Amino acid sequence: MIRLILIVILNALISNVVLNQFLGICSFLGVSQRIKASASLGAAVIFVMTIASAVASALYSLVLHPLGLDFMKMIIFILVIAALVQIVEMFLKKKSPSVYKALGIYLPLITTNCAVLGIAIDNIDKFGYNFIESVFSGFGTAVGYTIAIVLLAGIRSRVVEEDIPRPVRGAPIVMLAAALMSIAFMGFSELQPVIETALKGVGQ
Amino acid sequence: MKNKYVERLYNGLIKENPTLVLMLGMCPTLAVSTAAINGVSMGLSTLAVLILSNFLISVMRNVIPDEVRLPAYIVIVASLVTVVKLLIKAYLPSVDEALGTYIDLIVVNCIILGRAEAYANKHTPGLSVMDGIGMGLGFTVALTLAGFVRELLGTGTVFGLTVFPQEYAVGIMIQPPGAFLVIALFIIIMNAIGIKTRQRQLVESDGCDGCCATCAMRCEEGKEETK
Repeated sequence: MIRLILIVILNALISNVVLNQFLGICSFLGVSQRIKASASLGAAVIFVMTIASAVASALYSLVLHPLGLDFMKMIIFILVIAALVQIVEMFLKKKSPSVYKALGIYLPLITTNCAVLGIAIDNIDKFGYNFIESVFSGFGTAVGYTIAIVLLAGIRSRVVEEDIPRPVRGAPIVMLAAALMSIAFMGFSELQPVIETALKGVGQ
Repeated sequence: MKNKYVERLYNGLIKENPTLVLMLGMCPTLAVSTAAINGVSMGLSTLAVLILSNFLISVMRNVIPDEVRLPAYIVIVASLVTVVKLLIKAYLPSVDEALGTYIDLIVVNCIILGRAEAYANKHTPGLSVMDGIGMGLGFTVALTLAGFVRELLGTGTVFGLTVFPQEYAVGIMIQPPGAFLVIALFIIIMNAIGIKTRQRQLVESDGCDGCCATCAMRCEEGKEETK
């Protein structure tokens, strides 16, 4: 249990998916104008990334790895994630229209969010997580994404009221804000060795 | 004489530079520009995938049914990326170590599906290959430039050769914040000297900026629905 909590913290705060790993930058910069929309996107990402990590990990350990098809994992994962998002969308539309209304327009955006594919591959290649760990890693990563995008939206809602020099308006000021956030998140990196040793100590 | 093929190179390198002007493929640009050499290797890997994918998609443009073209493109690109990834792993293990997952993520790089959708599926294989070379080189140049600036300021070296002692270097430039700072700086300079970029789309899109594959699919669905 402790191990799983540590994995969530590691992925959410320390190696933050956007500010440290640079995955999902398109939507991070594109959909961060309003806090509400950012929070909805974040919720959708948490939803999809957790499921996608679970499915990808299960598929890899049950089908691809036993059959010696490791090299196929990227092709399979991207198709599975695309299909998965479609299924989740249809399911929500039918079963829970209120959730669909809140998250619906953001779901297809997530398919191409490289963070989803990135974490599915990282869980296997970089971390070597098992099924449960992959689920928590996906969840933690998505929480990190949500924290980052909501914070950026908060900053942007203040920034638009300021008188910014013309060349800096638009993308540059958003990136400068992201750079400052990234510096702030570097504060967590001191925790990384501590958590990594703890992870080794706790074992499976 | 303005040759159509040469024009594609000029277009990709300068006029519509994918990274600096079209603002596509920001994830790898920010992530692997820690050193100039990483920029070169990532750029060239993407270039290889882009040339082949443009060629294959252009050759098959009359065979692939319009409704399923995006999934078909994704499969083609994913296969090519797998090939490139395995080749790099076998022959250039140091590059594989430095770039890691980002090689896999070439498959979701907006530039590749963007060019397939915007150019390769409408033009002849020859022109599409030139377009791939132009765009790929434009991407490589932009990545190398970003890597060059970050490496120089962050460690005082250029391609590993020391320019000034490390004590004077600003360490944060090779850390994640440096990536945002340098790219922001590039855009500010381009704005200041009056080069028009599509940065508006980067920060004010509702998600459907035609940049991403499935998103493009979604936009088309939306268009059909409104019709």
